Amino acid sequence: MTIVIDDVAKVFDAGDEDVVAINGVSLAIAKHEFVALVGPSGCGKSTLLRLVVGLVKPSRGRVAIDGAPVVDPRADTGIVFQAPTLLPWATILDNVLFPMKLMGRMDARALKQARALLRLTGLEGFEKRYPRELSGGMQQRAGICRALVHDPEILLMDEPFGALDALTREEMTLELLRIWSERPKTILFVTHSIPEAVILADRVVVMSPRPGRIAEIVDVPLPRPRSFAQEADPVFQDRTQHIRTLIFGRDRLAA
Amino acid sequence: MLVLVVVFALWEAAVVFFKIPVYLLPAPSAIWTETIQIGGTVASHTLATLNTVMLGFLASVVISLPLAVLLTSSRAMANALYPLLVLTQSIPKVALAPLLVVVLGANELPRVVVTFLVAFFPLVLSTAAGLIAVPPELIELGKACKASRLQELLRIRMPYAIPFIFSGLKAAIALSVVGAVVAEFVNADRGLGYFIITATAFFKVPAAWGALIILSLMGIVLFQAVVMIERILFPWAAGDDKPTL
Repeated sequence: MTIVIDDVAKVFDAGDEDVVAINGVSLAIAKHEFVALVGPSGCGKSTLLRLVVGLVKPSRGRVAIDGAPVVDPRADTGIVFQAPTLLPWATILDNVLFPMKLMGRMDARALKQARALLRLTGLEGFEKRYPRELSGGMQQRAGICRALVHDPEILLMDEPFGALDALTREEMTLELLRIWSERPKTILFVTHSIPEAVILADRVVVMSPRPGRIAEIVDVPLPRPRSFAQEADPVFQDRTQHIRTLIFGRDRLAA
Repeated sequence: MLVLVVVFALWEAAVVFFKIPVYLLPAPSAIWTETIQIGGTVASHTLATLNTVMLGFLASVVISLPLAVLLTSSRAMANALYPLLVLTQSIPKVALAPLLVVVLGANELPRVVVTFLVAFFPLVLSTAAGLIAVPPELIELGKACKASRLQELLRIRMPYAIPFIFSGLKAAIALSVVGAVVAEFVNADRGLGYFIITATAFFKVPAAWGALIILSLMGIVLFQAVVMIERILFPWAAGDDKPTL
């Protein structure tokens, strides 16, 4: 599935004055491409993500998936949030199956799919546990299973590892790449971490704030499968440095 | 429990030691013997009060939950309903009770209405608070899964509000006992509230104290029943390590 964002602006009505969240954003994402969005707070990364899900409607321009304009939430997108936001009253298995229940698609296949995803993410044996019995990393894995349970073509991730500690974060990064190689999806990944964006993505979209717009789209021609050993690669170093300069400016980096 | 035993022992000792007259403060032993003597009468008054308490409490639950859903459904609805709710709380119930008797008749109904009016408000507030405390991401997840508003309410908001609803229920059950007694003071020919009024009128002070103690026990037992129901039906909401309030 290809995502096309064409000259999109989003203005939020914030009482007295309107807030321009993003303006003049155009971006095309190819099928099964991994695209990361980085930028400082308030650059409209999350808004852009919600525009693609159909949770937010553009004030100008249009968002289309496979040529069809996104007007409502679509059934073929999965979302992972910064907090796992699991249902505290449901077991891990029921949490993963929750989207299927909402969509009225609960059947034996859904159950099989949920169990397969839990196995894929190393949560086998925790099906009957409750979220509060699991660590933050495990909860977030369950959150990823929940986003994948209806086998969406597009996976949207809003700082999914932002609340995890540094070690769990690296572990999850590799895990996501493994899941993605086993079940290719078009992924749009929002993050604050420049190294994370570079190690994960085919292309990194660097955004600048007030109003949010695209500063530059940076290609990452690192071979796959990726690993953290590639952080020593000159390409990795060059790209992270370049993105830092784009975000912070040359002067502040030199100081 | 041990604290109660000590309190009653000190009470008994103080009454004997200072020779406090029985009409001022009867000893626990005197309260006990006099209450047991008229046990049948007291039991029927207790049942009458319990009946009013439960009907008023059920009315609070049946009305408060949909009301909280309405309150949280839109800003316009909240603006329209909140002033009315606050109005019901600013009216003194003791003053309202005789008027309700005139309107509704000298029967059980005005007592249930007064009990409801005393008990329902915290339940509405905490349920409404629970319904809007849902993390926005869960609501977004529901929307992304094309959940209808009814599904969003029943599958996300309502379950999420369960711990809030139960803290409201705990307040409501305690207030129901208060409300029932207030109603019985004004309009009743049965019930522990009525019994206290008549007993004190005839200087049967120990029996009045007995009724008071039964009322407190009723409040404690009903409160604990709500706590137990939460623990059994929603163990995830009650939590074992959290204090239960």
